[in-house]
Amino acid sequence: MSENRSYYGRPVLKEPAWRVPDVPGYLFLGGLAGASAGAAALCDLTGRAGLCRTYRAVAAGAAVSSVGALIHDLGRPARFLYMLRVFKPTSPLSVGSWILAPFGGLATAAAAAEFAGRARWARPAGIGAGVLGPAMCTYTAVLLADTAVPAWHSAYRELPFVFAGSALTSAAGAGLLCGGRAEHEPARRMGWLGAGIELVASGLLERAHGLAGEPYRTGRARRLLRAATGLTIAGAGLSAAGRRSRVATGLAGAAYLAAGLCTRFGVFDAGIRSTRDPKYVVTPQRDRLTQTT
Amino acid sequence: MGFFTDTSVCIGCKACEVACKEWNEVPSTGLDLLGQSFDNTGGLGADSWRHVAFVEQRVPVADEVATVDLGMPSVGMPEQPAGDGDTAVRWLMSSDVCKHCTHAACLDVCPTGSLFRTEFGTVVVQEDICNGCGYCVPACPYGVIERRETDGRAFKCTLCYDRLGDGLEPACAKACPTDSIQFGELDELRDRADRRLAAVRGEGATGARLYGRDPGDGVGGAGAFFLLLDEPEVYGLPPDPVVTTRDLPAMWKHAAAAAVSVAAGIALAFTRRRR
Repeated sequence: MSENRSYYGRPVLKEPAWRVPDVPGYLFLGGLAGASAGAAALCDLTGRAGLCRTYRAVAAGAAVSSVGALIHDLGRPARFLYMLRVFKPTSPLSVGSWILAPFGGLATAAAAAEFAGRARWARPAGIGAGVLGPAMCTYTAVLLADTAVPAWHSAYRELPFVFAGSALTSAAGAGLLCGGRAEHEPARRMGWLGAGIELVASGLLERAHGLAGEPYRTGRARRLLRAATGLTIAGAGLSAAGRRSRVATGLAGAAYLAAGLCTRFGVFDAGIRSTRDPKYVVTPQRDRLTQTT
Repeated sequence: MGFFTDTSVCIGCKACEVACKEWNEVPSTGLDLLGQSFDNTGGLGADSWRHVAFVEQRVPVADEVATVDLGMPSVGMPEQPAGDGDTAVRWLMSSDVCKHCTHAACLDVCPTGSLFRTEFGTVVVQEDICNGCGYCVPACPYGVIERRETDGRAFKCTLCYDRLGDGLEPACAKACPTDSIQFGELDELRDRADRRLAAVRGEGATGARLYGRDPGDGVGGAGAFFLLLDEPEVYGLPPDPVVTTRDLPAMWKHAAAAAVSVAAGIALAFTRRRR
C-alpha cells in the first residue's frame, strides 16, 4: 500500500448531490414495485385473485412514489420530462427512465383497471409491468455503479444481486403484511429465495474490494447492512413460524420491508462516505499505477 | 482545442480565477477563509471553474532548486551551510480546471443530453436543458462538475465556448500573466509540453511530469493537461482516473443476470403446485 498523499486532506471527488431519503428511498421503492409487479402477473396467471389485487396495488403505489422521490430530488423538478428527451444507452439514468416510465404507466393502469372492476383490461397491462419488473429491480444497481464513487463502482458485480435479492424479500414482505392468509405460501417462498440471494451477495459485497470496500465494513453503513442482514434472517425465520401465527407473519413482512430499506440506505451511505476521504480514491489508483509500471 | 497548464511558471496570482468569474458571470462563493495556505477557493465546483492550488511542502534542503542571489540586503544570522535533515519550504502552484476529457463520463451519463461535445472538442453543459438530476456529479473522476444548490442545475468550465466561437482565447488564458495557462490545438500543445518537460527536467526538477497528456490514459487524454512538479494527488488530482462508463457493458451484463434471477425467483415461488 502506498503512502497516502492529498491536497490538505480535501476530497478528490464531489459528493453526490443526491439527497437522502429521496434517492435511497427511490432505490427501495423501485425494487419493491418491480418484484411486486412480477408477482402480480404470476398471481394473475396462476389464479390467485386476492394476492394479485394486493400486488397490483403495491406495485402501482411504489412505482408512483418512486417517481415522486426521483422528481423531488431533481434540481429543476419542473423539467422532469426532459428525462425522456433522448434515449442514451451510455446513461443508466436514461435507460432507467425509459424502463420506469412504461413500467409505472402499466403498473398504474393494471391497478386502476383492477380496482375499477375491469379485470379483462388489467391483465395485459399487468403482464407488461410484470415483464419490465425484474429490470426495475436491478437497473438501479448500474445507476450507482456507473459513477466514480469508489465503493459503488468497485462493487458493480455484486450490487445488482444485492438489489435483486432485496427486491424479492421486500415484495415478499408486502405480500405477507397485506395479503390474505390463504395465499401467503408463494410470498413466503419468494422471501426465502430472495433472502438467500441477498445474504450471499451482500456477504460478498462486504468482504471484497479491499480498501474500496472498507466503507461497507465501517460506520453507519456497516450498522445499516448488519441490521439488514439481521432483519432478513428474522423475516425468513418468522415467515416459517408464521404458518400458524398471524402475528409472526405480519412481523416477518415488516422485517423484510425494513431490511430492504436498511440495505438501500446502507449501500448509499457507504458510497457517500467513500467520496469524502481522498484515500479511497488515491490509494487504489496509486497501487494500480505501481503495479503496471 | 484545449489547455496546457505549465504549473512550473504559475505564480499563484489567481488572475485566471477572477477573469473566469468576470467573463462567465459565475456567482461569488462568499468569503471563505479555509486557513489552508493561500488557497481560499479550495477546489473546483459549480461556482469555481478555475482553482489555483497552493501546495506548501517541507522538502530536504538538498532537493531545493538553486535560487539566484539577487544581492538583496538582509538581516539576521549569516547564512549557515545546510546540515543533514534540514528542510526548507517549497511552494507549488497550479491552476486547475475541467479536463474536457476525450471520454467524458459526465457527458456519457447525462440523461437529458444537456452535456454535449462541441465543435472544438470541449464538453459543455446546455443550461436550458439541464434538469438538475445530478448524475454528472459523481460520474466525474476529477470531482469537477457540481450542482449549484441555489439554482438546481449543474455547472462547470465551458472553455469559454462563447469566446471560442468568436475566435478569442478563453478568459483565463488571456489573463494569465506568465503564460502558465496556454490555449491552442492539442497536438501543438503536446509538442510544446514535451519540450518544456525536457527543459524543466534538465534544470533539475526531477519530479516534473505531464498529467493528462497521454491519449491512451483512462479518459482517452484530457483536453486540459498539466505539467506538474510532484505527484498529481499532491495537487488534489486523482493519479489514474478512469472514465466510469468503460465498464458499463459488464455492469449491464451483471444487472441482466440479476434481473433474470428475480424473474426466476418469482417464477419458482409462484408456479409450484398449491397445497
